[in-house]
Amino acid sequence: MTAARPGPAASGPARARAARRRWLARNLRAHGFLAGALLCFVLFTWYPMVREITMSFQRVHHGATSWVGLANYRQITADPEFWSAWRNTLEFTGLALVLGFALPFLAAIVINELRHAQAYLRILVYLPVMLPPVAGILLFKYFMDPGYGLFDQVLHALHLPGSAWLASKDTAMPSLVLVSTWSNMGSATLVYLAALQGIPGELYEAAELDGANLLQRVRHVTVPQTRLILSLMLVLQVVATMQMFTEAFVLTGGGPEGSTTTVVYLLYDYAFSYDKFNTAAALGVIMLVVLGCFSALYLWLERRGRED
Amino acid sequence: MTTTTRTLISPVQLNRPRGRRAYRIVLALVLLTATAVFLGPLYWMATGGLKSPQELVRTPPTLVPAHPSTHAFTEAWSRLGMARLLLNTVVYAGGALLLQLVFCVAAAYSLSKLRPVLGRAILAMMLASMMVPAAALVIPQYLTVLDLPLVHWNLQDTPWVIWLPTVANAFNVFLLKRFFDSVPDELLDAAALDGARPLRILWSVVLPISRPVLGVVSIFALVAVWKDFLWPLITVPGNETLNVGVNTAATSMPQNTLIAGLFLASLPTLVLFLVLQRTITAGLTAGSLKG
Repeated sequence: MTAARPGPAASGPARARAARRRWLARNLRAHGFLAGALLCFVLFTWYPMVREITMSFQRVHHGATSWVGLANYRQITADPEFWSAWRNTLEFTGLALVLGFALPFLAAIVINELRHAQAYLRILVYLPVMLPPVAGILLFKYFMDPGYGLFDQVLHALHLPGSAWLASKDTAMPSLVLVSTWSNMGSATLVYLAALQGIPGELYEAAELDGANLLQRVRHVTVPQTRLILSLMLVLQVVATMQMFTEAFVLTGGGPEGSTTTVVYLLYDYAFSYDKFNTAAALGVIMLVVLGCFSALYLWLERRGRED
Repeated sequence: MTTTTRTLISPVQLNRPRGRRAYRIVLALVLLTATAVFLGPLYWMATGGLKSPQELVRTPPTLVPAHPSTHAFTEAWSRLGMARLLLNTVVYAGGALLLQLVFCVAAAYSLSKLRPVLGRAILAMMLASMMVPAAALVIPQYLTVLDLPLVHWNLQDTPWVIWLPTVANAFNVFLLKRFFDSVPDELLDAAALDGARPLRILWSVVLPISRPVLGVVSIFALVAVWKDFLWPLITVPGNETLNVGVNTAATSMPQNTLIAGLFLASLPTLVLFLVLQRTITAGLTAGSLKG
């Protein structure tokens, strides 16, 4: 930025003063531009981070706050629900990886091979992503009704046994994975499609000349060429699925027999059903640590990818 | 869309009679399956509201409503208070978009071109917050909006409680800053020599060439508010969003009315997507791939 320069007659100290003033004006302006976003970060990200950690070591009793050391952590880890919530969350994440991670990649490969209707298929897989989540989720509640639900009717028509879907603790979580995959796989599919379209055709030609069959071409050309985006999406998906809440809250209310109570659900319960905000904060800190490790992995992968 | 670059399967193989037949069979299968899986449920939702509650549970299910009636739609509209829910959600999403565009753009421009003292450290702290899972911070964030530090305002049930936290979006700042970094300094210097102030430069030089990235940020901003559930559930119980409102009403309605309600709730974004699908799908992949 240019500012009026002091004339050549100006002495040393005056020039230094003018330079300082210029520097100050420039910074005031720059920080003025920053201020709005910075304030929001302070209020809604950084301050809550600090507050979550301090809260987790405190208790509020009749309006008086006192330090209680690890009591909140002891309380939360002594709750059997805590361990089952982590187990449920990991089950959801694991199943969602098997389904929700492999399926979009396969879908992208198939769509990329087709010479017709690509645009139509793109729109199709992305439609569910555009629904308000609760609408998509409640729709599946009808499909999964044991008896008159569409899924059981189709199964019966094919002479296959129906399923209890959300009503049994063995099938409730897989059912939630099904709903969540249907609603969300569109975005991953489009990302993979864009990546696949960037693979040079010569590589496939070369592999073919070397006598690689279809599966070998997928293994030795497609997967290595998309490895970076695959690993990024993997970490993003793990972090996202470990925060699953809406599906469980709307479809099953955490049941049957607590089989779909996830970590975020338990956090919500502690805070808003039992009014134990400090214990909930301790659970939040544990979540931060566990998921922070995954996010760190993501950043590391991304950095490494940029150096390649 | 026909691509000229070859993919997994060579064009030679596809053009042989056997390859052609196999390709046609696969294409038909894929189209049928995908249509059934992704469009089927939506079709069921659209027609379900036209059926009577008795017809809904009939075995086998009817493909076309026997006596279509729009009664369920009008009832859903009034019983859900759909107008109110839609208006709330549009206000939340629109305001969030506006505030993000103003503040995130200003911050990214400052970090990229005005280079304030501590700018690098501030950016690093913002990026570090990307590692924080949103749901884990819900408790202290909730307590903060109930009683803002220093000023002691309670933002509960005001639009601000939705709007302001969305501005603290590191991904936006990062995306915008990276784009502004690619704008040549010579352009800005030329404008500065003509006596333009930074705000003027941002408005007339930088923003006109930033349209693509602003589009991506806008889509993300709108979709995030449109899809959020937990935060509006606890912070705006009196002015519910579409998601929360539909979920609250779901238990107390006849089936066909609720399905009609689901369809009405889905319609705005579906229509918007079909109109803007090219822009949206291009924007989504651009934002995630150019790393």
